[in-house]
Amino acid sequence: MHARITVTLKAGILDPQGKAIEGALHALGFSAIDSVRQGKMFDVVIATGDRRHAERQLRAACEKLLANLVVEDYAIEILGDIT
Amino acid sequence: MRAAIVLFPGVNRERDAARALRIATGREPEIVWHSEARLPTGIDLVVLPGGFSYGDYLRCGAIAARSPVMDAVRAHAGRGGRVLAICNGFQVACEAGLLPGVLMRNADLHFVCRMQHLRVERTDTPFTTAYDRGQIVQFCVAHGEGNYTADEATIERLEGEGRVALRYCGAEGDPGSGVNPNGSRNHIAGIYSEALNVLGLMPHPENAVDPLTGGTDGLGMFRSLAA
Repeated sequence: MHARITVTLKAGILDPQGKAIEGALHALGFSAIDSVRQGKMFDVVIATGDRRHAERQLRAACEKLLANLVVEDYAIEILGDIT
Repeated sequence: MRAAIVLFPGVNRERDAARALRIATGREPEIVWHSEARLPTGIDLVVLPGGFSYGDYLRCGAIAARSPVMDAVRAHAGRGGRVLAICNGFQVACEAGLLPGVLMRNADLHFVCRMQHLRVERTDTPFTTAYDRGQIVQFCVAHGEGNYTADEATIERLEGEGRVALRYCGAEGDPGSGVNPNGSRNHIAGIYSEALNVLGLMPHPENAVDPLTGGTDGLGMFRSLAA
């Protein structure tokens, strides 16, 4: 099964990298872009056909390693079977 | 005092830590590889040295914090054993749950490498008895992710319980954003665990042990530990 995990900084946590990217985009003329926050994306292949089992495993993986819950949130998206 | 230095792939200050310990204690520290499940018997102090464990992949210290040896380090700390976590070691200690909070990217995005004044906040811990209260010392800092932060309640607790070990300051001891190298909350440079037996700090005391290179202000920390 294929899943995508997105890890983002919690609201209110300063994101200096996002700010720098935002500044560079403004310098390139993208004046309508109000705000940029940088995050991480993980494409995961997990050997199970059971959606709930996959979600449980991935939640545990996020909480144990992929996200630092002090400052980060995570979202799990099951993308379906590998074709 | 018997010390062990934990070696993760990518750390680079382990020899500096070993040298500082040799100077202060006259004994050779043990080197413990990250895949070991236990520490040598009779270890009083574990040093988590500085560097770039696992190339800072995922988050600084995140992968090292999940190494087999860290269960043994947590057990050691749980028994009241001392842990000195320097720079990347501080990041590892936070990721491993030995200390609260997190070290974020420096607020100005720059890697900072310079001499830095610090104020010693208390002298009744195993790490600081050789200093005077409020003493201003100078260690070097060398990091890109030293911006200490935690949720409001944790910061209040750290301050209320006197668990801020060192604070960034100027030569006269004046704290302020102008002398804070990374934007850390309350100019925090180092913090203690609840039982005061774990110290995590971004600056490098192990590189301030010789008058030829950066002065000897760091020796006090190793002498305190050896006392």
